Amino acid sequence: MSLETVTRVDVLVAGGAVAGLCAAIAARRRGVSVRLVEAAPREMRGGNTRHARNFRIAHDGPARYVPDGYREDEFLADLLRVTEGDTDEPLARCLIRGSAGIAPWLADNGVVLQALDRGVLPYSRRTAFLAGGGKAMINALYATAESLGVSVSYEAELTSLRFGPYGCTAEIVRAGAPECVNSKAVVVATGGHQADLRRLRTDFGEAGDRMVVRGTPYATGHGIDLLVDAGAMPVGDPRSAHLVAVDARGPRFDGGIVTRITGIPYGIVVDRTGRRLADERADMRRTHYAQWGPRIAACPGAIAYLILDQDGLRRTSPTALSPVTAPTLAELARRLEIDPAALDATVQDFNRAATEREPATRPIKIAPLAAWPLLPGLTFTHFGVAVDLRMHVVLRNGRPIENVFIAGTAMAANVLRRGYLAGLGVTLAAVSGRIAGEEAARAAA
Amino acid sequence: MPRREIIEEAERVLQLCSACMYCDAYCAVFPAIAGKATFPIADVAHIANLCHGCRGCWYACQYAPPHPFAVNLPQALAAARRLSCAEVARPRWLASGFARNGFTVAAVVGGVTVLALAAVLLTVPYDTLFAVHRGAGAFYRVVPWGVMSAVAGLSFLWAVAAISASTLAFWRSIAPKTSRKAMRRALGPALRAVVTLENLGGDGHGCNDVGERLSDEKRIAHHVLVAGFGLTIVSTLSAAVWHHVAGARAPYAVVSLPVLAGLVGGVLMLLGTAGLAAIEARADRAPADPTEVRLNRVFLALLALVSASGLAVLALRETMLMGITLTLHLGLVTGFFLVLPASKMVHAPYRAAALWRAALDRIASPPRRSGGE
Repeated sequence: MSLETVTRVDVLVAGGAVAGLCAAIAARRRGVSVRLVEAAPREMRGGNTRHARNFRIAHDGPARYVPDGYREDEFLADLLRVTEGDTDEPLARCLIRGSAGIAPWLADNGVVLQALDRGVLPYSRRTAFLAGGGKAMINALYATAESLGVSVSYEAELTSLRFGPYGCTAEIVRAGAPECVNSKAVVVATGGHQADLRRLRTDFGEAGDRMVVRGTPYATGHGIDLLVDAGAMPVGDPRSAHLVAVDARGPRFDGGIVTRITGIPYGIVVDRTGRRLADERADMRRTHYAQWGPRIAACPGAIAYLILDQDGLRRTSPTALSPVTAPTLAELARRLEIDPAALDATVQDFNRAATEREPATRPIKIAPLAAWPLLPGLTFTHFGVAVDLRMHVVLRNGRPIENVFIAGTAMAANVLRRGYLAGLGVTLAAVSGRIAGEEAARAAA
Repeated sequence: MPRREIIEEAERVLQLCSACMYCDAYCAVFPAIAGKATFPIADVAHIANLCHGCRGCWYACQYAPPHPFAVNLPQALAAARRLSCAEVARPRWLASGFARNGFTVAAVVGGVTVLALAAVLLTVPYDTLFAVHRGAGAFYRVVPWGVMSAVAGLSFLWAVAAISASTLAFWRSIAPKTSRKAMRRALGPALRAVVTLENLGGDGHGCNDVGERLSDEKRIAHHVLVAGFGLTIVSTLSAAVWHHVAGARAPYAVVSLPVLAGLVGGVLMLLGTAGLAAIEARADRAPADPTEVRLNRVFLALLALVSASGLAVLALRETMLMGITLTLHLGLVTGFFLVLPASKMVHAPYRAAALWRAALDRIASPPRRSGGE
């Protein structure tokens, strides 16, 4: 016999990152009672939004926080380009339209958008920047939600979900104690499944064991699993992931932006046998990051090394952890545990070719040499649950569930089944969260 | 924490912050570290004194504990700031005054005040000391003008000389190689930052004075305190003009510049110190450096004592308690000036110098831009 507590609320929101917070605030502003359950403890709340910096918005003209304009059709064209057309276009249009109003809505809910004249922002007409980044936004949204009367529970995980025409019954486990929450509608915003290490092993093989999860350890995909088990239609491919090169010495989880290694076009990348993986200068655009994750994942031991000389070091952006340095290539090889003879041959080959192409390509020669060990860093996977235009969860038979909604990364694969677009994740999460919250309030009314 | 650990921790955290830069909207620290991969000691001292302790970056930090990177920039910079204060203190023995600040201040100010009271009690006949004095020169019947101006003037000169020497040493340690023209061009933006405290305002949304919520409390309280301090200077200077130029001897009428400026200044100082003390009392300790907190509290207490005793002189100047109150105030003011070079006061010139250097750097080499994902 279970002694679990039974509570009742109009709308239950599972997941306390930007999607869940927008859903909770939007629903509460429509007058219904809202309970938000977040799996992380308070200090680590906010999912991958903690690591966000900017978000993509359609806008007709300049504002305090974004210059020039970025029309909805330009936004859609960018999305179609990176996904190679593999997107739910009506849904994409709906969310892009929503992005046009999301910045002022967030600002009204306490989020501080960085003014263009503050700090050292790069020019970006496509994205608005969050002053202080994603955690500052999370703090502001929690404060707003709580002041509106949203009830928030931390370290509370959604463990089961049943739904029917008369309401939903969810079980949440809070500090080990189960609680039964009866609600009229549920919004699932529990993120992707990229922090489920067992599944990474299944989906990516041995490389999965070496993958660094760049975001929260709480994105275990439990919300997606519950919905799929209950008959929801999965979308996307769990084996398709956004992988970038990260510093192997960083933490397994939550390394975020600072362990990403961006200096690859200024040096060479070799695996532990001393062999180069690809032409480091073939793509100098910012999008080159996402090509290197899969390359490193395919290396023996899923590890590689970026090697720079002093000239390359000068060109690269600051990194969180200092590189390994050595006065000679042989010594560097010894420190990195790479075969010195093989590395020497690789560098000599590279330098011979580079000398012919100077100054476009510079040889690696100015000591001391510097190196970063690299692992594949997983940002998110292109996998989730199907939704309709009102963020209802869609069943395998194509029918929407009238009182269960999904928002954020758990639905992002409806529009982003491959590729990457800077600042898209937060936008999809905020817009889908806001819509899901409003629709959930309507369903609960 | 030993010196080397403080410096290493500041370097480690600054390197992480430079790789992140999400907080660049908050203050001048972030543009100053943009694009830098390493931080020599002079840079650490500069950046530490550039930090206004608004704590915006602490609450926004995705790497704050329990994250394994355990980034606590406000605390790391406060510790480095304390170190730099001690290292540039001139004369050098002042450094020990920072180390045991509460004790030093209590001993010096208490000692001087007790000495002043003892001297007056021993040398001034009781029927003079406890008489009601009225009219021009009333104060000087208890403490002769020459003694009063010598004691106050000399202690003031000491404060100015020591703080100037210390500030010069600080400036030398952080000064970039630059032209006089650039120095002049940077002066405007630096002065604006000093006067407006724009680095405590974040993005115009206030800062994290006491906790996660944004507010303007600290900036407003600081403005009130500085305005009050400025008015007491106006009071002292105008009194000197009245005395030497107009030949009028204190005490002055209530409706006169020296008294009104002193009265309003004293009240504002009390309000400002109370406001800042209230913030210190409520503030989240996590991003604070305990030694700096003590330095702040000691200085606020000292400012409150000096202004309260000044107001007491005004309130009691036509009673038999004038003599004792005046002596007490004089003792506190003298002690205040004596400990000033080893007090929180030095943050004012050091921060101004750091802001000047930051403005110079922005002119010489605009910071490298950094983006998001």
